[in-house]
Amino acid sequence: MLRGGADVDELSSDLRCALESLERSQVEKVLEAAIRIHSPLEVIEGLIMPALEAVGEDWTAGKVALSQVYMSGRICEDLVGRLLPAVAQERGSFPRCAIAVLCDYHLLGKRIVLSVLRASGFNVLDYGRMEAPALVARVLADQVDILLISVLMLPAALKVREVRAGLDALGSRTRIAVGGAPFLFDPELWREVGADAMGRSAADGEAIVRRWAGEGAP
Amino acid sequence: MNPMQRVMTAMGQAEPDRVPLFILATMHGARDLGLSIKDYYSRAEHVVEGQLRLREKYRSDCLNPAFYAAVEVEAFGGETIFIEDGPPNAGAPVLRQDADIDRVKVPRLEDCPGLQRGLEAIRQLKAQVGDDIPILGSVISPFSLPIMQMGFEHYLDFLYGQPERFDRLMAVNQAFCVTWANAQLEAGATAIGYADPLASTTLLPRAFYLKTGHRVALDTLPRIRGSVAIHLGSGRGLSLADDFAATGTVAVGVSAQEDLGHWKLAAGKRFALLGNLNGVEMRRWSAEDAEREVKRAIAKAGQGGGFILADNHGEIPWQVPDEVLLAIRDAVERWGHYPLDWKE
Repeated sequence: MLRGGADVDELSSDLRCALESLERSQVEKVLEAAIRIHSPLEVIEGLIMPALEAVGEDWTAGKVALSQVYMSGRICEDLVGRLLPAVAQERGSFPRCAIAVLCDYHLLGKRIVLSVLRASGFNVLDYGRMEAPALVARVLADQVDILLISVLMLPAALKVREVRAGLDALGSRTRIAVGGAPFLFDPELWREVGADAMGRSAADGEAIVRRWAGEGAP
Repeated sequence: MNPMQRVMTAMGQAEPDRVPLFILATMHGARDLGLSIKDYYSRAEHVVEGQLRLREKYRSDCLNPAFYAAVEVEAFGGETIFIEDGPPNAGAPVLRQDADIDRVKVPRLEDCPGLQRGLEAIRQLKAQVGDDIPILGSVISPFSLPIMQMGFEHYLDFLYGQPERFDRLMAVNQAFCVTWANAQLEAGATAIGYADPLASTTLLPRAFYLKTGHRVALDTLPRIRGSVAIHLGSGRGLSLADDFAATGTVAVGVSAQEDLGHWKLAAGKRFALLGNLNGVEMRRWSAEDAEREVKRAIAKAGQGGGFILADNHGEIPWQVPDEVLLAIRDAVERWGHYPLDWKE
């Protein structure tokens, strides 16, 4: 968390306002002010992550639109990459994490989650779009601990089963978190396909990764 | 009443003999004919036969010879990717850079075999059913089409970053949309579904939509020479009810994530409602689930007409079994007859 009192509250409030209105220059000003008095990791964990989590909660509650989630994630991702480049090293050891779009041609959801994770200072392997067998092989080859799968279409969501079965058959203990529209419309679907968790928003995805990282690699 | 009378009465904000039911199954026709989805869509005759069989089986109050959304991108030079168990997807974006938008031209319908098959299917169905059963046509809105033309991520960057090029792209897409919609009406479609998922407040904030997609809808719908119904493809839109009314839409498709009762109040009698059965959950419904959901929807929105029972997305997923669709049909027969005197 960030040290300090009123100045932190003010920075947090300013960042939330700037992200809600998608004012990139204002977001940059707030982050530059924060960097002058806090470490990069403190800025990310105390300022950026809570702000993006709030955006995610608002999305889940239907208070903001997906375009706002996307744009706020992109703005933060760009600025973190430019202003706070060394945070991944500062985080130290972290489970290997990868993200993919499974059997689907809709890439926006993955892009949003990736932005939020990168804005939070996490290194994530971006596999792009993959079919189930290739994804299993890639996860095993890269020794991935946490696999995030994004889908839009119901047939693609059902293919998570194949990934789970493929990983299990080869003795992998990789944890799978899923997200995307079919899981929002059917809250039981993620269990049915063998996922270990479901994120309703990109911020949920980030929270799942952080929680599993805290529990240690599987 | 025949299906046309039933639907028109409901659309006129009066109570027909029973709540109209639109089972918006498309790919199920392929299954019934024993064809792959790709083969099914390769000939208009397949879709005609499929739709007639599905209508016979589910007793839906419409025919829905929509092919697949990506067919419109084929007109712009795009490719379609077929899968075995779901709707075909648009392939790689056709508008990859700014110069592509500056150069893009309005496609001619006669140059796109997929669109011609769609028109032929409507013509053949019209010849078979005449004015007894409504035939639905469909277009993707000029505002939402770039999701497939450009890719969603690129389009959002474009929308927020290049307002000056937006009007150029909308002019091209609008000309195409209006021509395509009117051709379907001339072929025999009764009404046009205007799929505008990006209008949904799930995807865009209302204020931004009012400056962009709503402006486009206000200008596009009056150019279509027939009834048009806005559909948000499962997205939320309750706060847009007044904005939709201003476009002249005759109906709005309602998300399963919203309350049909709230929509009924918001719509007044300005437009009808279509929805809002959850197509994703439907896959694993029992007959009891189907009956409960049908009763819920009818109780919320059926009173006084102005309501057509349907799924919330505008297309029944391939994975939904016949048993569920038949259970929905039976539940409408049981609970959909007017007056709805069982309703408290």
